[in-house]
Amino acid sequence: MKVMPTFFEKKQLVTPGELLAEGDYTAGENTYLEEKKVYAARVGLADVDNKKVNVVALRAFYIPKMGDIVIGTITEVGFNGWSVDIKAPYTALLRASDVLSRPFKPQNDELSQVLNAGDLIVAKIASYDRAHDPQLTVGEPGLGKITRGQLMRVTPTKIPRVIGRKGSMISMIKQETSCQIILGLNGVILVTGKTPEDEELAMTAIRKIEEESHTSGLTDRITQLLKEEKTKREENKVE
Amino acid sequence: MNEKPEKLIDKKGIRLDGRKADELRPVKLEVGVLANADGSAYIEHGKNKILAGVFGPREMHPKHLSLPDRMVIRCRYHMAPFSVQERKSPAPSRREVELSKVIRESLEPSVFLELYPRTGIDVFIEVLQADGGTRCASITAASLAIADAGIPMRDLVVACAAGKIDDTVVLDLFDAEDKLGAADVPLAIMPNLNAVTLLQMDGILTPEEFETAVNMATEGCKKIYALQKEALKTKYMITKEEAEEE
Repeated sequence: MKVMPTFFEKKQLVTPGELLAEGDYTAGENTYLEEKKVYAARVGLADVDNKKVNVVALRAFYIPKMGDIVIGTITEVGFNGWSVDIKAPYTALLRASDVLSRPFKPQNDELSQVLNAGDLIVAKIASYDRAHDPQLTVGEPGLGKITRGQLMRVTPTKIPRVIGRKGSMISMIKQETSCQIILGLNGVILVTGKTPEDEELAMTAIRKIEEESHTSGLTDRITQLLKEEKTKREENKVE
Repeated sequence: MNEKPEKLIDKKGIRLDGRKADELRPVKLEVGVLANADGSAYIEHGKNKILAGVFGPREMHPKHLSLPDRMVIRCRYHMAPFSVQERKSPAPSRREVELSKVIRESLEPSVFLELYPRTGIDVFIEVLQADGGTRCASITAASLAIADAGIPMRDLVVACAAGKIDDTVVLDLFDAEDKLGAADVPLAIMPNLNAVTLLQMDGILTPEEFETAVNMATEGCKKIYALQKEALKTKYMITKEEAEEE
């Protein structure tokens, strides 16, 4: 069998329009196929897996997907629900009947007392397609209004890196900083700890992951960073 | 520069600014220069200094401008009052409105508009200093800014002009050559797809001259494309190197 060529090394940084492979290949993430040639569609790191060419994007935005957990801000209180900003190109809708878990009667319920503009929520995408704005649901454990903690934003494509292989990175950070961390797949992260210092520490680590997401051996470096920061803080306390 | 020089190009083929006929002005590109925009780029093309910022994709406002089957690109090309010798009124001129449209149309084929219906992106181009060929430099910078915003694209768009001064076809006209020369041919291409997204001509050329000009501009575009790619990669290489040094 003739070997079909690819035009990149593993994990090479590529730019949009760069020719990645020719012949018997299919286009995976952030790539496209034209006349049997695969090109990159975003800036990212190219990789080939079983004849499928992928580019791990270094910069992208969030596109809703059914079942995703996201963190959003209430922007508007409507007649029978809320508009929610989920940092996507589309505004999400949260229906009143979903939150109240009973039929919603406009004469009995005042929606702004349940959730008001500016409130933050953790929610799940219930439905979304090209023609309709995403619908949210909060009817599951762990979802709903956020009452405490700190928020930060990262590029949505970097969320998998923050999670790490089989969750190794995130569980390590949680353990080292004793913080609760909720990752919204839209790139918003909620960090809740016992003290603001703990939260700050976890956020420093996450920010470092974002900056260096495309380098190897990151988990070890983050572990080291957290240990160093912790000893520094211990020393300061003694003084 | 107030009086018209006798010759725009001398017997040895050297132009007013010392370049040869097929020589580009020095080009410097930088990506990610604006913190508040989703994507941004800065270009110095000779004495041209241009900033491009991209926002989105986001919901269109006003909503009725959005399209049910694809994304909308809005583009504003604007020259700063201090970008030219005589103060330019900051209000958009007829020329700027036209250039905004021309630049938008040259960028549109490069973006996967159909992926994100009902949304829009805004491209803002601010000319800080102008010296001929701003539309080409603007397209080059705007395309980089779109790539920096993480919007999926078929290819980068790169632009460069060629033209005729006295009786010679030359690459990349600057202001004086543009105004006093015989013709100007701006060209924008998607280099990997071998596709033209903008081709204009101002002045008169014979078919042969036109062909030479287009070929020359294509070569110029390819040179700038190499810089464009490098600029985009540099932004991410820096963070990579920093991490490895530790």
